[in-house]
Amino acid sequence: MAAIDYRRYLQSFSGSVLAILARAITGVRPIWSGSSPSYRQRIYFANHTSHGDFILLSSCLSQEARAHTCAVAGADYWRSNRIRKFMAEVLLRTVLVERNWVERSQDPMVVMLDAMSKGQSLIIFPEGTRNMTDEPLLRFRSGLYNLAIARPDVELIPCWIENMSRVLPKGAVLPVPLLCRVIFGAPVAVKEGEAHKDFLHRAREALLNMNPDAKGERP
Amino acid sequence: MTETTQLFLGLMGVLVTASVVAGILSFRSEKPLSSTLVNLNARIKAWWIMVAAMCVAFLFGKAGIIVLFALISFAALREYVTLTHTRRSDHWILLGMFAIIIPVQYYLIWIDWYGLYSIFIPVYCFLAMPALTALSGDTSRFLERISEQQWGIMLSVYCISHVPALITLEIPGYEGKKLLLIAFLIATVQGSDVLQYIFGKLFGKHRISPSVSPSKTWEGLIGGIVSASLLGAGLSWLTPFPPLQAGILAALACIMGFFGGLVASAIKRDRGVKDWGQMIEGHGGMLDRADSLVFAAPVFFHIVRYTWT
Repeated sequence: MAAIDYRRYLQSFSGSVLAILARAITGVRPIWSGSSPSYRQRIYFANHTSHGDFILLSSCLSQEARAHTCAVAGADYWRSNRIRKFMAEVLLRTVLVERNWVERSQDPMVVMLDAMSKGQSLIIFPEGTRNMTDEPLLRFRSGLYNLAIARPDVELIPCWIENMSRVLPKGAVLPVPLLCRVIFGAPVAVKEGEAHKDFLHRAREALLNMNPDAKGERP
Repeated sequence: MTETTQLFLGLMGVLVTASVVAGILSFRSEKPLSSTLVNLNARIKAWWIMVAAMCVAFLFGKAGIIVLFALISFAALREYVTLTHTRRSDHWILLGMFAIIIPVQYYLIWIDWYGLYSIFIPVYCFLAMPALTALSGDTSRFLERISEQQWGIMLSVYCISHVPALITLEIPGYEGKKLLLIAFLIATVQGSDVLQYIFGKLFGKHRISPSVSPSKTWEGLIGGIVSASLLGAGLSWLTPFPPLQAGILAALACIMGFFGGLVASAIKRDRGVKDWGQMIEGHGGMLDRADSLVFAAPVFFHIVRYTWT
């Protein structure tokens, strides 16, 4: 029992330290437009350009909400060496899913639903990987739809993460201090009889529409 | 009573008066409050915090002032770079601007090496930055990327660092009071901002440059500079200068401050943003508050250095 408690304290401590760091470096401020902060179980889905994304997103949540929220990440990357494995599993408390569906031993849906059945909110990146292209957002994978169907009681909140790709681009270890914002939009739900493709398209559009660049507010 | 105590009591008097006036205005006006009044209340509240931060820094003397302005440079540069065009290959340059240039510049001021801190950025950084960027091999929008970052360093680090650099000036008969010179510069420049705002709100009719900033009017500018010069003359007991010269220095600092604000507005207009950031409630970002100081500080520094030392 003692070991479990120790681990939980370590996690909440490292979560707080990372949130403070994220705020000091990026001055991040959450913008709730369409939804409001809540302790309810939710699925936050966001654009993905940097390893810092879910740290930034979770630092926008209250400490209590953060304790019940974990990010879904790729097991192939985060289990590839011991340091990453320690960071992902112990410090960051991520839910690791295997992305390669040919070789995988565990169904990602089972892993994610298992975490949700323990009351966890999830942060997921439906693009499935970090977006390194000039496109603002890649095509969505079907995980988001499957989760929405399996847990219709849970709100799906689109979250647009701004500037994180400039703070911590792929391959960089040290972050450049730049101002970031996370915009939380109105929940998206699967409509009665909506086809899987239509829903993913609609969810993607909902996220894209929150991008201030697209509206010409920023350069 | 020492000058520092008088200055502190004077500042408290101004802040208390401002809070009381704003409180009475808010109490007597119709609810919900107009956006001007909400903003005024937020601004006054932020002024309390900014004055408190300055007081804490002054308590720690030279070290406190240098650390405070290094942090102001950090916040200002972060707001500036956020609005520029950067590419993935600029990562190390950008990191160096925050992690090397800011600490080195302020360290040089700490050790009072005028010969180097006055050229470290405009000579060495300005040569090193394009060289390193060229080495990275990414030539896309090269000139734009280089010049944007260089100018950001100039505004946010070089110019702002001339405020704490005032400590290093050796003015005969003014030993041990140099922090007060900083207080004088900040009080007149920020005072001028506030006075321009008040005169503009009360009498503003003729816009100076409507395409850049709709809130800057001739009435506000002239009223602000005249009254801030009188304020400067009235604060001459803080400085080694007689009242007339203090007034002239204040007027110059305020005119430079006006240009700083105008240039900052032009940059924001070009980038399509209203404020540099949201760091200071009611005011916007750090650069929204510091833009006038950016232009005023180096000019004030050099006039004092060449005339009085």
